[in-house]
Formats: sequence, structure tokens, C-alpha cells
Amino acid sequence: MDQVEYEKGEIPSSELRVPRSDFRAVVIGGSAGGVEGLTAIFAALPSDFELPVLVVQHLHPSDDGAFARHLARITRLPVVEPCDKERIERGRVYAAPANYHMLVDRNGTISLSVDEKVNWSRPSIDVLFESAAIAWGEAVIAVLLSGASADGAKGMRSVREAGGLTIAQDPDDAGYPFMPQSAIDAGGVGEILGLKEIGQRLIELAGMCNR
Amino acid sequence: MNPKSKIEEIEIDLLLEAVYRRYGYDFRSYARASIERRIRQFLSKAGCASISGMISKVLNDREFFSRLARYFSIGVTEMFRDPLVYRAVREKVVPLLRTWPHFKIWHAGCATGEEVYSLAIVLKEEGVYDRATIYATDFNDEALARARDGVYEIDKLQEATKNYQQAGGKASFSEYYRARYDAALMDAALKERMVFSSHNLASDNVFGEMHLVFCRNVLIYFNRDLQNRALGLFTESLVHGGFLCLGTKEDLQFTDVSGRYEVVDPKARIYRKSEPFERGVRNVERGRKRA
Repeated sequence: MDQVEYEKGEIPSSELRVPRSDFRAVVIGGSAGGVEGLTAIFAALPSDFELPVLVVQHLHPSDDGAFARHLARITRLPVVEPCDKERIERGRVYAAPANYHMLVDRNGTISLSVDEKVNWSRPSIDVLFESAAIAWGEAVIAVLLSGASADGAKGMRSVREAGGLTIAQDPDDAGYPFMPQSAIDAGGVGEILGLKEIGQRLIELAGMCNR
Repeated sequence: MNPKSKIEEIEIDLLLEAVYRRYGYDFRSYARASIERRIRQFLSKAGCASISGMISKVLNDREFFSRLARYFSIGVTEMFRDPLVYRAVREKVVPLLRTWPHFKIWHAGCATGEEVYSLAIVLKEEGVYDRATIYATDFNDEALARARDGVYEIDKLQEATKNYQQAGGKASFSEYYRARYDAALMDAALKERMVFSSHNLASDNVFGEMHLVFCRNVLIYFNRDLQNRALGLFTESLVHGGFLCLGTKEDLQFTDVSGRYEVVDPKARIYRKSEPFERGVRNVERGRKRA
């Protein structure tokens, strides 16, 4: 049998891919045109979707829960606008409150902060994604939707470098292609999908979870 | 967990331990996700190759430590942040503060002071400021000095005008500051009843007999244990029937003191200390402080 030898430090990408049998969470980021994407994705997700879904959508500081209430209308899953230290539960949607960054803590709880805006945004997608990469590593799926900002590009890269799966909305399909395109250009995107396919893909990936 | 993330977790534990044992500042009980983010940001600014590299530097270089500690304790705040809170204070808290001939307010973790001035403005407009003493505390002396100065960027104040109006402001916001170039100085009359002092919620003790404790978006930077410590201090400081006002996403539920308050305004997170005096609980807190 042929012995395949690799240069030191060089491992073919096929062997880096661990079986994705235990995804623990989905994080989604959206900006301008993002609500449309969220509507399409959540319309596809069934009420028994098992993973928690954490959402950062760029909001006006005075949003006052309106976005979370809107999400609740477009999904069969329970929606929470979390308080600090809230435990992340399966099958729930967590909408980042306006004027706070939402982070995932290593201990599986939500941590909020009022730190400076990142990419002119609070909540910022990068802040959520980077913390999710640290907390969940390869067990997280990150989805980046339409937007006119570069927020999320660094976060997608962090998730990908930690071994997680990253999906960008197809820029051709996005109302504002700049955001997904920035992430693609930064090398942080594993899959590029149309809006109609993202929901289906998430179900597929979640279906691979241990039941 | 992937090995890189695990190693970084250990490095951060060691760094915070080093800071604590060398300088006595305890950041070990800070909310992990936020402090990690700040450490990583500081790392890229400080020109260290790794967090491990920061450990030897922090142990040997006090100036480096000071920079790090300042970076950890940056508080971001604005005038009349969450207008609904100031409206609720005006409508639901002030009427009861009015019943005391003199009342004390502890503004814990006041950072650069924007919200201290906001509160002072509300009290002034309600005609009770003369009866108040506001103790504004923070452990970041630099921030505290800025709070005492009361000089802010004019742009920021102009932005806050809308918040002031939404908070039920009765005058024109610009009456409360004097603009010069791109800076604005807060009206000296607002400072008359303010006392600024250094206080660390992670290590210092109870602060007098208070009628209102105002501590917004500070506890989110603490882990559950440190949150409970701070809430214990607040509870012990408050007079019976005194008020506690937290950040709009800080919930007393699931904390050690949840049973000792009634909710006054759920959205503004205003609570009122209501429970009968419980010797047992009080003793437990005293014991913990001595430890």
C-alpha cells in the first residue's frame, strides 16, 4: 500500500474536516437587507429545529425590542431578547438587543457588553462570531447575510479558523452584496448559498447532530 | 474544544492571576467573554506576541500593568442612555425620594460621569436636588477625574438632546452646559451635591445608608459570583424601601438577592428593597466579607 507522506505542517484539507456530527449552535449576522434573509431562513426552520440560533441584526439604538418581536412573528421557534448571563438553550432564537454587544461565554451563557461600537455597530456581528468561535470552535455554524458594512468578515474568518462552518449569502442574491462579499474576499467563507438554500442547509447540518 | 482555544483559556487564567497576585487588582471574576476580548485587543496594541508574553511583562513592568488595568476598566456611557429609565426615575422614584427630608444616592461604577449628570438634571427639574447627595464611585481614577471635571465632547451632548427630551426633560438641554470650541462644560450648579470617590466593587465594602443605588451596565462585566457580591453590597447599603436601578438587560432573577426586592418598573429595571429584616442573610454577607 502506498504510504502518503506530507510535508511537515501540511495536512490536506480533506483530512482537516472532522465529521460534523455535533454542531452546537448557529450564529447569524445581518445588516441592510438582512431582515429579508432572516425571514426566508426562519420560514424554512421547523419547530423542532434543535440548535440554538443567535442573531445579530444591525439595529437603531432605540429599537426597544421591536426586532425581536418581528422575529417572533416569522419563526416557529421561541424568540428571546436575552438578559445578561442567560443560559443558551437548544431550539431557541436569541436576538441581540439594540445598543448592546452580544457575546457567547465559554460556559454556555450569553454575555452582554456596552463596549465601544465595532464597525460602527453595536451589536456587532464580529463580536458575536469571534466569541462563538472561541466558545464553540468547530461546533458552530456561522451565516452572514446581506449588508452594506464589512462587519462579520473578521468574525467569519475566526469561525472558519476555529474549524466551524461558514455560510455567506450569495452576493448576487443579496440586496446589499458588500457584506457577504467582504467576508468572501477575506477568506472566511466555506459555502456560498442563495437565500432559499440556507434554511435547508441548516436543517441538514442540524440533522447530523447526535439525537 | 480546540487546543488553541484551550491554551488561550489557560493563558488568560494565568495572566489574571498574575495581575491579582502582583498588584491586588482582581479581574478574575470579570465576565469572561468581555475580558478575553479586551485582552486580545490589548495584545495587538501592546506589541506582545502572545498572552503568555504579556504575563512576564505585566509582572515586571508596573507601567504596563497600569495601561492594562485602564484598558480593562474603560466604561462606555452616554447622557440619558435609555431615556425610559430616566422617565421612570422621574415618575416612580422621585415621588418617594421626596418623602425623605434628605436622601443619598450611590451611583456605583459611574465611569466618566455622563449618567451622574443626567440623574442630577432629573432631580433638579423635579425640585429635589437640594435634598440629595450623590456619591459617584468608580475604581478607574482617570475616569473619575473626568467625571469630576464634567467636560464632554460637544457632539456627544448634542446627540443626547433627543434622549433628554424623551426622558421627559422640562427645559432645553443646552441650558445645562457651556460650549467652548468642540468641548462643553457641565453647569457647576449640577455638581454641588456630587461627591466623587474611588471604590472597587470587586474588593471594597459597603458605602453608607443609601436611598437609591444606581448601577447600570456595570454588572454585565462581572461573572455571577462577583455580581452577587456587588448586589450584596447594594442590598446592605440600601435603607428599607430604598431603590435599586440596574441596566435594562440586567435581571435580578437568579441572583442571590432576588427575593429581597419587589419590581417597581420591569423595563427600566427599577427594584425596591422590600423584605423584612433577615438576620440570617445579613450575617452570611458579613461573614463573606470578612473572609
